[in-house]
Amino acid sequence: MATLEEEAEVQSRRNAWLLSAPALVVLFAAAAGPLIIVLIYSFLTPATYGNVEWIFSLEGWKGIVFQHDIFSDNLVLADANLVIFWRSVKLSFITTVLTFLVGFPTAWFIATRSPRARALWLFLITIPFWTNLLIRTFAINQIIRNEGVLNTLLLKVGVISEPIRLTYTDTALLIGMVYVYLPLMVLPLFATIDRFDMRLLEAGYDLYANRWQILRRIILPITRPGIIAGSILVFVPCLGAYVTPRILGGGKNMMIGNFIDLQFGQGQNWPLGSALSITLLIIVTIALLAYVRTIGGENRHG
Amino acid sequence: MIKNQGGTGVGKTSVEARQIAKHFGQGEAIVKALDNVSVEIGQGEFFTLLGPSGCGKTTLLRMIAGFESPTSGQILLDGADITPLPPNRRPVNTVFQSYALFPHLTVAQNIGFGLEMQGRPAAEVKDRVARMLALVKLEPMAGRKTSQLSGGQQQRVALARALAPTPKVLLLDEPLSALDLKLRKEMQIELKRLQTETGITFVFVTHDQEEALTMSDRIAVMSAGHLQQVGTAREIYNNPVNRFVASFIGESNFLPATLEAGKARLKAGGLVEVSGAKGQTGPITVAVRPEQVRIVAAGEPDALPATITNLVYFGTDTHCHVDLADGTEVVARLQSPATGDAGLERGGKVGLRFAPGAAQVLGD
Repeated sequence: MATLEEEAEVQSRRNAWLLSAPALVVLFAAAAGPLIIVLIYSFLTPATYGNVEWIFSLEGWKGIVFQHDIFSDNLVLADANLVIFWRSVKLSFITTVLTFLVGFPTAWFIATRSPRARALWLFLITIPFWTNLLIRTFAINQIIRNEGVLNTLLLKVGVISEPIRLTYTDTALLIGMVYVYLPLMVLPLFATIDRFDMRLLEAGYDLYANRWQILRRIILPITRPGIIAGSILVFVPCLGAYVTPRILGGGKNMMIGNFIDLQFGQGQNWPLGSALSITLLIIVTIALLAYVRTIGGENRHG
Repeated sequence: MIKNQGGTGVGKTSVEARQIAKHFGQGEAIVKALDNVSVEIGQGEFFTLLGPSGCGKTTLLRMIAGFESPTSGQILLDGADITPLPPNRRPVNTVFQSYALFPHLTVAQNIGFGLEMQGRPAAEVKDRVARMLALVKLEPMAGRKTSQLSGGQQQRVALARALAPTPKVLLLDEPLSALDLKLRKEMQIELKRLQTETGITFVFVTHDQEEALTMSDRIAVMSAGHLQQVGTAREIYNNPVNRFVASFIGESNFLPATLEAGKARLKAGGLVEVSGAKGQTGPITVAVRPEQVRIVAAGEPDALPATITNLVYFGTDTHCHVDLADGTEVVARLQSPATGDAGLERGGKVGLRFAPGAAQVLGD
C-alpha cells in the first residue's frame, strides 16, 4: 500500500510534467519540428512548381556538389555551388578576423574605463541592435556607393580623382558584415577582459617582457575563451548571412544563405535547398563542437 | 634629512633613492606621497620599508621596480641612474602582494618566464627552473597549474619566479599579508634563508613591525611620505627618534617631562636618568618600553609612587596598568611568576622604576 506521502510525491511529479507540457510542446514544435521537416524534404523529389513530391531521392544531396551536364546529362562537379560555399566560408572567416582586430582594442578600451563610462560605452555598442538589420545595411550602402558619403568626402578632399566602386563587391560585403557583427565580438571579449587581472601585466613587464611579448604570451592566452566565443558568435551567423550579401553583394556575390533562398524561390528545388540548409547546420555544429572541445580541454588542465 | 644611522656594513650601495618626491594631483589638491626621501640600501642587505598604509612605502618600492616615476629625484642602481628605464629593462624583480602568477602557465613555466623573456637558451632555462624549484621545495608541483596550489605554495612560486633571473635587487610588496599566522612565521624564516643563500639585496615592504624586526638587517620607518628613521632593528627599537617611531614599533609609555642637568624631571615628580637628549629645552617626552618598567614596593628610594589600576593576564606575561601621581598612565609588562600570583592587586600602592638606559628622550 502506498503511503500518503508517496502518493503526494507521485501526484506532484505528475503535476510538474503537466505544467511543463505546454512549454515542451512549443519547444518541440518550434525547434525540432521544422528541422525534421527540412531533413525529410532533403530526401524527396522536387515538384514542378516548388514544393516536393513524396518520392525518395538523393538528388538534393548530390546537387550540393554535382550537377547534370546540360548536354551529356553526366554528373559533373558543380563548381558554381562550390564557389559559393568557398566564398561564404572565406568571407565569414575574414569577417571574424576583422571584427577581432577591431573588436579586441575596443573591448580592451571599454574594460579599462571607470564603471560609469564602461556602462555608457557598452550601451553605445549595443545601440545598433535596436535598429532593423535591413535599414542598417541600406545605410551602409548609402555610405559606400559611388555617390555616397565616403566617395564624396574622398573626392572633395582630393585623395581620389574618381569614386572607388565598392557596391556589389566582396569588399562592400565585408564592410557590411564587420559592421553588423562587431558587437557580437566585442561583448564576449569585454566579458573576459573585464575578468583579466591587470596586475599580470605588471608581473610580465617586471619579468623582462616587452609589449608585444605581454600581448602574445599573457593577454591573448588568458583571454582565449572570450576570443573563441566571439569568433563563434560572428562566424556562425556570417555563414548563414542573408540580408547583408543580398543588399551589398547584389545578386552576383551570393553566400550560402542567398543560395538556399534561391532554391526555395526561383530555383524551385526544395530538396536541394533543404540539403544545403542541413549542410550549413553541420558546418556550424562542427565549429561549435571544436569550440566546446577547446574550452573543455582548458578546464581539464586548469 | 635623515642620515643612515645603522652601518650598511662594509658592502657597497646597491639601490639609492636620491631626494625622491612623488606628487599626485595639482594645485590645492596636491598629495605628496613621497616628500624628499633619500635612502641608501647596501648590497646583499635585507632592507625593510616599514610604515602604516598610505605612508608611501609601496610607492617607493614601485619606483625602484619602475612602475612609477618620481616627480623629482633619482633612483640609482649600483651607482647608475635607472630612473628613466622601464621595468623590463631593470635588473630588478618583484614579488607582488597578490603574487600575480600567470594562471595559464604551470609552476615551472611561471618560474621560467623571466628567463625566457631574457632570451636565455632553453637548456639554461630548464636547468635554472629545476634549481629554483629545489630552492623553494616545490619539485613535485612543477607541472601543476598555479590555481591548484595552496596560498603558501603560490607564495613560493612567486618568490622562485622573481629570483630565477638572478635580479640585482628583489622587491617584496607585503608578500606575507595574505597568509595565516603560522604560515607567515614559516615564510619569514624561509625568506631570510633565501636571502642568505642567494646573497641578493632584498627590499621588503610591510606594515607589520614584527615581520620587520625579525627579518631585516636594517629598517626604514616611514610615515606620511617621510622617512622617520633608518637603522637596525635594535637601534630602532631601543632608540626611537620620535614619538611616531616609538609607538609604531612596539609599545611605549610616554611621560611628559622637562630636562634638568641631563636628567629628566617628570611631570609626575621624580628625576630619572635619560639618554638620547640632544640639548632640548622646555617640555620633552620621555619614552619607556613596558618591559623596562619595574614594579617595586611602595616607598622604596628613587621609586615613583603609583597606583595599580588594572592587571591583564596574557599567559607569558602580565600587563600591569598603573597611574602616576599626576594621573599619567604607565603600562608595565611583567613576566608572569610561576606561582601565578605576583602579590599585586588592583588599587594597590606600588613604586615604579625604569631599567638603566630604558628612558629615552624623543626628538619631537
